[in-house]
Amino acid sequence: MLELRQITKRFGDVLANDRVDIVVKPGTIHAIVGENGAGKSTAMRIAYGFYTADSGEILVDGQVRDIKSPHDAIALGIGMVHQHFMLVETMTVAENIVLGAEPGSTLALDLKSAASQIRQLSEEFKLAVNPNEPVEHLSVGQQQRVELLKALYRRARLLILDEPTAVLTPLEVEEFFAILRRMREQGKTVVIITHKLSEVLAISDEVTVMRDGKVVGRVQTKDTNAAELARLMVGREVLLRVEKNEPKVGRPELEVRNLSVTDHSGAKRVNDVSFEVRSGEIVGIAGVEGNGQTELIEALAGLVDPARMTGEISFEGKTLNTLGARVRRELGIAHIPEDRHRRGLLLDFSLAENSILGVHYRPPMAAMAGGVFLDEGAVQRRAVEIIQAFDVRPPNPALPARSLSGGNQQKLIIGREYRVDPKLLLVSQPTRGVDIGAIEFIHRQLVGLRDDGCAILLVSAELEEVTSLSDRLLIIHDGKIAGEVDPKVATLEEIGLLMTRGH
Amino acid sequence: MPKLARELVFPLIAVLAAFIIGGILILLVGDNPLVAYRLLLGSALSWPDGIGYTLFHATPLIFTGLAVLVGFRCGLFNIGAEGQLYVAAFATAWVGIVFANLSAWLLVPLCFAAAILSGAFWGGIPGVLKARFGSHEVINTIMLNFIGIALVSYFTQYHYKEPGPIMQTTVIGEGAHIARLGKFVPGLPERIPLNIAFLLALLCCLLVYLFLWRTKWGYEIRATGSNPFAAEYGGISVRKQIILAMAVSGALAGMVGINEVMGYRYRYYDGFSDNYGYTGIAVALLGRNHPVGVILAALLFAALQHGGIYVDGFSEHITKDIVQVLQGIIILFVAAETFFKWAVGKRLPWNV
Repeated sequence: MLELRQITKRFGDVLANDRVDIVVKPGTIHAIVGENGAGKSTAMRIAYGFYTADSGEILVDGQVRDIKSPHDAIALGIGMVHQHFMLVETMTVAENIVLGAEPGSTLALDLKSAASQIRQLSEEFKLAVNPNEPVEHLSVGQQQRVELLKALYRRARLLILDEPTAVLTPLEVEEFFAILRRMREQGKTVVIITHKLSEVLAISDEVTVMRDGKVVGRVQTKDTNAAELARLMVGREVLLRVEKNEPKVGRPELEVRNLSVTDHSGAKRVNDVSFEVRSGEIVGIAGVEGNGQTELIEALAGLVDPARMTGEISFEGKTLNTLGARVRRELGIAHIPEDRHRRGLLLDFSLAENSILGVHYRPPMAAMAGGVFLDEGAVQRRAVEIIQAFDVRPPNPALPARSLSGGNQQKLIIGREYRVDPKLLLVSQPTRGVDIGAIEFIHRQLVGLRDDGCAILLVSAELEEVTSLSDRLLIIHDGKIAGEVDPKVATLEEIGLLMTRGH
Repeated sequence: MPKLARELVFPLIAVLAAFIIGGILILLVGDNPLVAYRLLLGSALSWPDGIGYTLFHATPLIFTGLAVLVGFRCGLFNIGAEGQLYVAAFATAWVGIVFANLSAWLLVPLCFAAAILSGAFWGGIPGVLKARFGSHEVINTIMLNFIGIALVSYFTQYHYKEPGPIMQTTVIGEGAHIARLGKFVPGLPERIPLNIAFLLALLCCLLVYLFLWRTKWGYEIRATGSNPFAAEYGGISVRKQIILAMAVSGALAGMVGINEVMGYRYRYYDGFSDNYGYTGIAVALLGRNHPVGVILAALLFAALQHGGIYVDGFSEHITKDIVQVLQGIIILFVAAETFFKWAVGKRLPWNV
């Protein structure tokens, strides 16, 4: 169906694609895996006409084709769904789908025929959405269906999906995979770009592995396993399981009693939650995203208006309720936020400036002239320390945080929070969007911190991560603690039921 | 590309494009653009009058440019520099009139304090409103412009007006005068109102730079402007930064009063500002929100403003309005930068 031959693409000094060969057979689900920056998105964007290759050729249905723009690609039956959806929020589903390919004459937009065509498509592929609903009312999973419909409406026979599951909850992922299988049955071809190995194994027929702009492996999914794929991606053996000793549990550091948090609209996001975290243990919180995890962690970190909270949060016996984020940090609470772009980083600031966020106002950072002026030397030293200890790349403290890959941004944040020697670490989604190699490293750091006696509260949407790292596991559903399980013995089914049903 | 060159590219493109498009317009009107530009820039750069007046006109623009810059760096759009500088200029004159008999050693610092504090107060109001109630600073600063300008007009008219047809206050005490630079610079006559306030403006550029990039307070203000959520996460009180930034911004705008009242007219003259507050927005944008850029942009705008007077007098068709056309085109291009970056950036490697 689609074949890339010897595709080479250079961006400045970076060789993004180096003689890449990819063959996608018709009627299959083809996974392209690789770490961030391996060149998988670039290759597919070339196939979609978003970039043009410096050399090499593209074959569609066995014929060499010149794809200069997405327009050409669409005409050849190639559709692409980007990681970040390209939908107009205020428009309806039907309007979004026909956008750029409006039916009817130049002046009169024929939305009715479009709507009926969309209904037909959504029935054929069981993509349930209401064509007349404004997109802003849809969930992320539904928006993705709109994107798929958009491609199908343009008669795509080959769909390229860039990291499609990154934004979905575990349940939505299951539904999404069912949709992909249905498409394959209907004769469509699917290319899925991802770095989640479990998903590759679950859904694909064939896999192309990329590393540093090159294709380093082509395998049939049924003949491979996660360890082999990880080794191909990273270029060395990777430990997929977390190795850790029995915890040496100390006294309770964090105690939460009957905590409730309401959001701006007055809805209860966290509902009467009580638990404690002791030094030397990792307490995990598993749950489908949006069940109050964000609000819980933010409340503990001092980022929620006390007026929206009831109950008690205490740390080493001291009530935290009305204390702000700064005081909590001074007490020894560190926080690795779930959204590193929104909370964790000042993207336009340098790595050096980012490495002092939270301690910037006190010695040794602010030590000159009565603690008013920042000590550039001390800031640099701290940045270099963190960059070296956590292998942040490229190791240049003057670079803006924006220029780093997600994994390296995350390592910078973890390094920064690690550096304050916290007694309690609040950590959300520590490995989201992070490469496998870095995941292993981050997991080892967390376990190391726990072994040094830190109390860790871990929230993660990755069930595997939260079960393998945690010493105790709480399951949150609809803002309530639905239960506590021993992660060593609990089955995924058991946890999954608590996550979705709450009992 | 080195950082400095990268920072300079867009402002230079904007200025160049403005002169080219402006040149076409001048041609269409029927004048020779080269002659017009020689008139414009030649008169602005002549010694001593051109340079003296250009630097004099640049002084308030440096202050207001810095004021807008400090706001921008905190993520705030201070459109209220105009009102802040009026209130501050009047306050400066008021102190100079009421304490007219004090010696310069006391009166100059007092008048400085009046300009800075009243500006900070008038700028701080929208800061407090935003921090406390979340009301948008753009709306509030615009409204406070009207209130401030009307308020000082009222006090001028009914309490401190010098008899006669002109809307101005009585004069301030001798002790509140600050020296004109002609006193120190050979060849520069003292009739040119360029005064100590210009040096003060340059000093403020340095201070603003140190404040924003070298102190913990500046770090907190910039962090708030860069990402308020991350700032909050880092234990920074976003509300405090908003109030602080607006007050500092207002104080800088207020220092226009020092140039105007203490160095130029020695009284408050109603309606003295040639839209300094609004031009300050363009100055800050063209200067890429950096103190050095603000100096350069203020000099350019001041040169245009001063040269425009000569264009009016000596050319056949075009009038000094050509200056506004040029300024307008520059602003348009600077504002379009985001668009260019987006259009070009789509195909740049760091967007992979």
